[in-house]
Amino acid sequence: LAPWIPVVGLEIHAQISSNSKLFSGSQVQFAAPPNSLVSFFDASLPGTLPVLNRRCVEAAVMTGLALNCSINKKSLFDRKHYFYADLPAGYQITQQRVPIAVNGSLSYSFCIDNKMSQMVTKTVRIKQIQLEQDSGKSLHDGTRSQTLVDLNRAGVGLMEVVMEPDMCCGEEAAAAVRELQLILQTLGSSQAVMAEGQLRVDANVSVHHPGEPYGVRTEVKNINSIRFLAKAVDYEIQRQIEELENGGTILNETRAFDSKLGCTVPMRDKEGKQDYRFMPEPNLPPLILYDAKSLPANMNHQQVINIDWIHERLPDLPSVKREKLVEQYGILPEHSFTLLNEDGLAEFFESVAKQTQMKPKKVIGWILNDLLSYLKQHSLTVKESPVSSFLLADLLNLLEKKEISSTAAKQVLAELWKGEGKTPLEIVKEQKLELLQDQKELEQICQAVIDEQENQ
Amino acid sequence: ALLKDGLRSQVSAALKEGQATPTELCQRCLALIKSTKFLNAYITVAEETALKQAEESEERYKRGQPLGILDGIPIAVKDNFNTAGIETTCASKMLKGYISPYNATVVQKLLDQGAVLLGKTNLDEFAMGSGSTDGVFGPVRNPWSYSKQYKEKSVPKSHFEDEESNWVITGGSSGGSAAAVSSFTCFAALGSDTGGSTRNPAAHCGVVGLKPTYGLISRHGLIPLVNSMDVPGILTRCVDDAAILLGSLAGHDPKDSTTIQDDFKPFELPNLTDVSKLSIGIPKEYHAPGLSSEILALWSKAADLFKNAGAKVVEVSLPHTRYSIVCYHVLCTAEVASNMARFDGLEYGHRSDKKDSTESMYAATRREGFNDVVRGRILSGNYFLLKQNYEKYFVKAQKVRRLIANDFVKVFRSGVDILLTPTTLSDAAPYTEFIQEDNRTRSAQDDILTQAANMAGLPAVNVPTALSERGLPVGLQFIGRSFQEKQLLTVAKWFEKQVQFPVIQLEEVKRHDNGVFQHQKSASFS
Repeated sequence: LAPWIPVVGLEIHAQISSNSKLFSGSQVQFAAPPNSLVSFFDASLPGTLPVLNRRCVEAAVMTGLALNCSINKKSLFDRKHYFYADLPAGYQITQQRVPIAVNGSLSYSFCIDNKMSQMVTKTVRIKQIQLEQDSGKSLHDGTRSQTLVDLNRAGVGLMEVVMEPDMCCGEEAAAAVRELQLILQTLGSSQAVMAEGQLRVDANVSVHHPGEPYGVRTEVKNINSIRFLAKAVDYEIQRQIEELENGGTILNETRAFDSKLGCTVPMRDKEGKQDYRFMPEPNLPPLILYDAKSLPANMNHQQVINIDWIHERLPDLPSVKREKLVEQYGILPEHSFTLLNEDGLAEFFESVAKQTQMKPKKVIGWILNDLLSYLKQHSLTVKESPVSSFLLADLLNLLEKKEISSTAAKQVLAELWKGEGKTPLEIVKEQKLELLQDQKELEQICQAVIDEQENQ
Repeated sequence: ALLKDGLRSQVSAALKEGQATPTELCQRCLALIKSTKFLNAYITVAEETALKQAEESEERYKRGQPLGILDGIPIAVKDNFNTAGIETTCASKMLKGYISPYNATVVQKLLDQGAVLLGKTNLDEFAMGSGSTDGVFGPVRNPWSYSKQYKEKSVPKSHFEDEESNWVITGGSSGGSAAAVSSFTCFAALGSDTGGSTRNPAAHCGVVGLKPTYGLISRHGLIPLVNSMDVPGILTRCVDDAAILLGSLAGHDPKDSTTIQDDFKPFELPNLTDVSKLSIGIPKEYHAPGLSSEILALWSKAADLFKNAGAKVVEVSLPHTRYSIVCYHVLCTAEVASNMARFDGLEYGHRSDKKDSTESMYAATRREGFNDVVRGRILSGNYFLLKQNYEKYFVKAQKVRRLIANDFVKVFRSGVDILLTPTTLSDAAPYTEFIQEDNRTRSAQDDILTQAANMAGLPAVNVPTALSERGLPVGLQFIGRSFQEKQLLTVAKWFEKQVQFPVIQLEEVKRHDNGVFQHQKSASFS
């Protein structure tokens, strides 16, 4: 049988972290009482007009720069029309013709075969980033045959990040999204928490034989975590391969991932292909951005965005942070990858490293093997760790000074997890774990043991 | 007499000096509205709130602290502007009973300056039409139908024919506002202008109708027809009053991203005496098919007026004029289809009882709530916006629009200051005749002289010029350069003074305006 090449592209919607919505002043907040964060514009009251939120534009520019995109100094807004209960105006304002950023790239890494020793780095092209409105939420109440509509989310700013079909499997897709998530969180442009709907991923999947054109693709939606993303993509690839090998065809359809069953199912047919009747948004002039060169002299600072100014103030991206950790502490790239992969872990490690004489290369083992596995076992975040960096550093110092053995140290750590407020030294004394250093004392103990043996 | 006076010279002064009070003024207007109810100019009369506003104004005058020249002045507003607490219907079943929670920016500005909001005026449904005949509350009657001037000239065709069947339309779509101003029930009214909807009824009703430059006055709160062409329109009895209203409304609005950023300075119109430095352009394409010989003659006479006064009068060409109707049709219906998508019965307005599914509820609501005209435009617009049609129609129309706008740029660059054209093809038609043709046909015919200015975003004003042979008003239009309203209105004011358009002789008005003040015999207002 001829080999199959799976092709995976992603459309990611990241909710912009801002105080107010993209085109109106109502607040952005998760889990507020229904319809309590809805302005006249969000409710599409006739006669209301959109006013662009500066912070949202800045977030998109930051994200575009972090993803190596060209920032379009002039971008446009369009209306995308369709009727749905959670879309009050009957159209979404988006950027279809000329988005704010294009042609970027994202490098991501992952471990082959789950071994921490073999890391692979790949790149996925970023087609574009566009600003657009989020829709409201509709809840279908089957028993009462009604639909409940909550418009709190309607109009919240989104960045749609389109990743070209450069990925080949669930693992790659998951790693790419994870890296994007870290970048967004580092920038602060989105909190990117999937569970709260701040990061939504749709996967486009197709398969083909080498040398042949791309196959028909399906769109997979309803993916609620990075783990499920990998599963959904891999399932869909398999499903398509099996279908084609059995002589079937792939429909260009939208499928939903069912996390319970671990498979994708066709979504309700949306009456064939939708024609969104795109039209320029007449109430918003073109969005003009400047850089240091093109910035006019007498412009009101409030009214302009300077791309260079934003660029200069970008924080260190995860990839840079990782390199710095490797350089500064002599740890392996895989180590720094894991450090950044856990929220707060890198900071914890650095804090411990500062407070102990133990070499960072040795500290990292305690962080990644002992601390991390304990946290994982108990489903705790780094912030929730009962063992603070101070306590751990304290313990490691005892070990470093050879006051206790490595086995004893693990015993003390196990005790520290209980979070009873004892210091490592106190535990060592309690459990008599001190290493005996005195030559004479040691000789006496040995002699006693030998004598006992002789007596028997 | 007071009701017929211009704001600046007479009424405001009278209020200031205590010769008249805001409450008196308001009460007289309200009484006149009642006795001219047959005109059907008002959809909602906000009697209680108006009287309250008048009282508050009176207090301010007593304290010697009026808010400005508009304090205590009764104003009417077209029913497609949002008014908080007062019904806003757009003359449509879709919004019957809709009480908006906010004021349009222009309404708020008027209220902030102490104006008294008498009520909301009638229009074609959602401002679609050129007759003010297709609203859900019925057609508006042109006050001139009941004027001495018209009655004298009209020869009853049959023994049974009476006033009832002979009345003429106001033009549209801001017919209610034009009729309100024309019949003296208010001193000024807000209309809207997308293809001529302020200037057209102004011409038919014998009042000044100003379409400002696009972007000068905020559209926030104006329920849109075509977002890229709509402007709030100003209807008054004299050009000076239009300038006053403009001054109180223009300027940047952060809530409307299409308003200009620059500061706007209100101006007083000078009394132009010397027009020798002026260059008036006469666009030959505005000699449109169907233009009545009467209006053609008037237009010519007006051109001569300028020439004889020393101005330079030149024939110019706006070659793409003849494509503007079709271009307008495509762009207008496309935006209409988009703007009307929000009317689904879910958040506000009419909601159908059909509940089988969301889709069926939407469909039924929209079928029940919109009239044929609106639905026709939505269907057309959606057709033009289909992916396979977008380039052929919408993009093409945008390009043609650019050509039309460039026509004006070229002409103004060649040294012409102001263009002089007719506003309408003829005087107001009788209602029975007007409704022989459908809305689309009528709009296509009637908009030809006005809507190129909307395409190009230019300011334009109708100035009542003379009475036709039938005793009905005919107006002429001046079109100016972008944001050059001062120049435009200065010329308009000069022209107004020259033509001395007659005051309408309405029985009802005579009764309410019982000569407390010295009645100016001359017809000029300023």
